[in-house]
Amino acid sequence: MAEQHNYQPPDKSRRQFLKYSGAAISGAVIGGVIGGAIAGGFKKKAPVPTPTPTTPGGQAAAADYNQATMYFTQSQLQITQAAVERIFPKDDLGPGAAELGVAYYIDHQLASPWGINGREYRIGPYVKGEATQGDYQSINRTEVFNLGLIAIQQASMKKYNNKFPDLTDEQKDAILTLLEKGDIEVINGITGTSFFNLLRTLTLEGAYADPLYGGNKNMQGWKMRKYPGNQMSYANIMEKAEFVAMKPMSLRDHIAH
Amino acid sequence: MATKMPKVPVVIVGMGWLGGIIAAELSKQGVKVVGLERGKPRATEDYYMVHDELRYAQRYDLMQDLSKETITFRNTSKMTALPMRSYGSFLIGEGLGGAGIHWNGQTYRFLPYDFEIYSKTVERYGKKKIPDGMMIQDWGITYDELEPYFYKFEEVAGISGEQEQTPLVGKRSKPFPTKPMMKTPILKMFEDATKKLGYHPYMMPSANLSEQYTNSDGITRAACQYCGYCERFGCEYGAKADPVVTVLPVANKTGNFELRTYSNVVEVQHDGKKATGVVYVNTVTGERFEQPADVVILASYVFNNVRLLLTSKLGKPYDPKTGKGVVGKNYCYQTNGGSATGFFDDKEFNLYAGAGSLGMEIPDFNGDNFDHTDLNFLHGAGIRISQTGQRPIATNPVPKGTPTWGAEFKKQSLKYANSTLTVSPQGSSLPWQHHYLDLDPTFKDAYGLPLMRITFDFEDQDREMIKYVASKSEEIMKEMNPTSIGVSNKLGPYNIVPYQSTHNTGGAIMGADPSTSVVNSYLQMWDAENVFVVGASAFPHNSGYNPTGTVGALAYRAVDGIAKYLKNGGMVV
Repeated sequence: MAEQHNYQPPDKSRRQFLKYSGAAISGAVIGGVIGGAIAGGFKKKAPVPTPTPTTPGGQAAAADYNQATMYFTQSQLQITQAAVERIFPKDDLGPGAAELGVAYYIDHQLASPWGINGREYRIGPYVKGEATQGDYQSINRTEVFNLGLIAIQQASMKKYNNKFPDLTDEQKDAILTLLEKGDIEVINGITGTSFFNLLRTLTLEGAYADPLYGGNKNMQGWKMRKYPGNQMSYANIMEKAEFVAMKPMSLRDHIAH
Repeated sequence: MATKMPKVPVVIVGMGWLGGIIAAELSKQGVKVVGLERGKPRATEDYYMVHDELRYAQRYDLMQDLSKETITFRNTSKMTALPMRSYGSFLIGEGLGGAGIHWNGQTYRFLPYDFEIYSKTVERYGKKKIPDGMMIQDWGITYDELEPYFYKFEEVAGISGEQEQTPLVGKRSKPFPTKPMMKTPILKMFEDATKKLGYHPYMMPSANLSEQYTNSDGITRAACQYCGYCERFGCEYGAKADPVVTVLPVANKTGNFELRTYSNVVEVQHDGKKATGVVYVNTVTGERFEQPADVVILASYVFNNVRLLLTSKLGKPYDPKTGKGVVGKNYCYQTNGGSATGFFDDKEFNLYAGAGSLGMEIPDFNGDNFDHTDLNFLHGAGIRISQTGQRPIATNPVPKGTPTWGAEFKKQSLKYANSTLTVSPQGSSLPWQHHYLDLDPTFKDAYGLPLMRITFDFEDQDREMIKYVASKSEEIMKEMNPTSIGVSNKLGPYNIVPYQSTHNTGGAIMGADPSTSVVNSYLQMWDAENVFVVGASAFPHNSGYNPTGTVGALAYRAVDGIAKYLKNGGMVV
C-alpha cells in the first residue's frame, strides 16, 4: 500500500505560511490583511536585477547551481530570456518569466529527450496535411528553437536595427506579435506561429512546473496564484466554504535531505 | 525464427483493466492463464513523485511511446491520413494496468436506451428519424442482462455513489459498495442550480474510493485524499481503482497466472476457423516467441484489438463503400463541446484540490431521456461539473477578449486561477458508414506492421447536439450566478491536436447478427469461436458517459462466456 510521507495538515502549513510570509515571499498577494502587508512590503523593496532568494529562516539562499545552460549558447539564452519575459512579465503581482528561471527551464527541456522529440513518431514521409492533422515539423525541437531564435533576432535587426534583447518592451512585443501571427517565417514551411506557440507553452510550463525543472524559482509561480503544489492530502478542506491558502510544497519535500 | 512456448489454455493480449479482470476470474476458477503486456511492470511505489504536472500531464510519462507506434488520422476518405506524431486528442496507455492506471475513475453505466438504441429509436420516432448513413444498431444484449456484470465490476473496484438514484439512469439491483465522494461547495452550487431548474443531479459514481474498502476478493484499499492528481497520473495511495491494486494481485495469488511484460503481440495465429495462438516480440531483446493457446483473448486498447485482427487477417474487414464487412466498423469517439465557464470575480474556490471523479451530473439530456421529436439529432450528453484538481500549467482560463500572452494575460489568469467553474457536457458519438478503422497503407510501427488508420469527423448530428446542450450548460451556469460567462456552442471539424477524450470506441463491435458485428454478447468472435475481443472496441456506438463502467461489465460478461467455452466449446450463444 501507499506510504504516508511528510504529510503536514494544511492548518499547520497555513500557520507557518502566516508566520513566514512576510520574510519569505516577495510579490505574492493573498486576500485580506495579510495580502496588504505583503504587497506593501514588496512595493517598498527597491527593484533588483537579480532576485535574492531567501529561505523561510531569512538567510540568503545558496547559489543556484542549476542556473547554467546545457544546450543554449549565451546569445540564445538572452533572446529566450527576453522573449519569455514579455510573454509573462514581471508586474506588481510578482516575478516574470526571467526571474522565475523560465529560460533555464527551456534550456534544460531542450537538452532532455523531449528536445529531440524522443517519444514521438518520427518515421517519414513528412507530408504537410490539413490543420486538423497537426502541425508537426520534420526537424526536432532543438532545431526549431535554433532557427526560431535566429528568426527573432533577424526580424529585430531588420525592423529596428538592434538585437532583440536590446529592444524596448514595445518593440519586443511588436516582434513577438509578428511571430505569433505568422508574419515571420522560421524556415521553409515553419511559420513563426508554430514557434511562438511552442514558446508560449514552455513559458507557462517554466512558470508553473515543479521547481525541480529549473523554473518556478522558489515556487514563486505557484505563490502568485496560491497553488499549494505537492500536498499529500486535501481531505480535510474539501467541504470548507472558504478559500484555504497553504504554504506550497514541492517534490523536494518528498526527498530526505 | 520464433521460439515455441508450451501451449496454455488461455493467453491474454494486453494487461489493463480487461486483461486483469479476465486473468483474475479465470485463474480463480483454476484455469492457467498467460498475460502478455507490451510495456513495463508497475506498482504503487512507482508514484512516489507523482505530483508532477510536467512529467505526467505534459510529457505523458505513463502513455504509449509514440516513437514505436501511433495511429494515422484523416477526416474523410478523400484525405491522406497522417500520423499523430505527438499526443493530442487522446492518450493511449501502456504498461501494466494500461489506460486503467491514468484514468479519472468516473464509472457510469450506459443507459438502458444505449443497448437497444436502434429498436427504441424506431419505436419512439419511427425509422425516418435515423438519418441516411447513420449505423446505430442494438448491442445484442439488454441493460437488464448486463446489470449483474455492472455490479460485479463496481463491487471489485469499490465504486462510490449515492444510495438512491434517479430513474433517469438504469435501475440498480444493489446500492453502490461505498458512500458518495464528499459534496464540496462547488458541487453544491451545481446541485442547487440544476434542482432549481427541475433537473436530476446526482454524485458522479467514482472509482476514487470515498472510504476505506475491502472487496469480495479480500483486497483492501485506502480512501482518496483528494490530492488533485488523478487523470494522467497513477495513484500513490492505491485509492483510485486500477488493475494493479485490484484484480492483478488476485490473479497472482492463485498461482495460475503468469505475467510476461515487455511482450508485444504482433500476430494472432489461426487456421481460418480457430486461433492457434499468438506471436509476440520481446521488446527488450527483439526475440520472437510463439505462444500456442486454446483460447486467445484480445484485451488491448481499441486500436490494437482491431489492428491485430486486421493484420492477422481474422474476421471480415469492413468496407465503407458498401457498408459490408465488420472489422473496423462503427468507430466512434466522444463529442465534447458546449461547455459554459463562469468567472466569479468575488469568489475563490479550492480548485487546486480534487479527485478524478469528484463531480455531479444531470442525466436529463443524455440518451433518450428527453423528447427528440423536434430536434435534429439523436442521443445527447451528460452535463457535469467536476472538481478534479486544477493544475497550473494546463489551467489558465481568462475571460473572452483577453490576450493570450503578456501583462494582461498574466493579470487575468492569476485573477481567475481559483475563481472559474465550468459546466461541461460529455456528448455521445454515433456511428456512420464513413467513419471506420483500417490499416494505413504507408506508415508502419517499429515492428514493420501497418499503423491503425482512423477516418472520422464530427457530423451535423454532433453540431446540433452540442448547440442544444450548450444552451443547457449556459442556463445552469447562469443559475450559479457568476460575474460573467463564456460559452462555446460551436463544434468545428474533428481535430487530432487538442486533447478531447480518451474514449475511443468500436471497430470490433458486438451484436446478435454475424453479418453486422464481430463478436456476440459474450464478446466471442463469430468468425473464430476461441477468440474473444474485449474492450470498448465492442461498443456499437459511444454514449454520453465515460466508457469504463460498461467496458468492465462486458469484461465480466466475457469471463462467463470464456468459462462456458472452455467447458463446452462452440459458440456460447
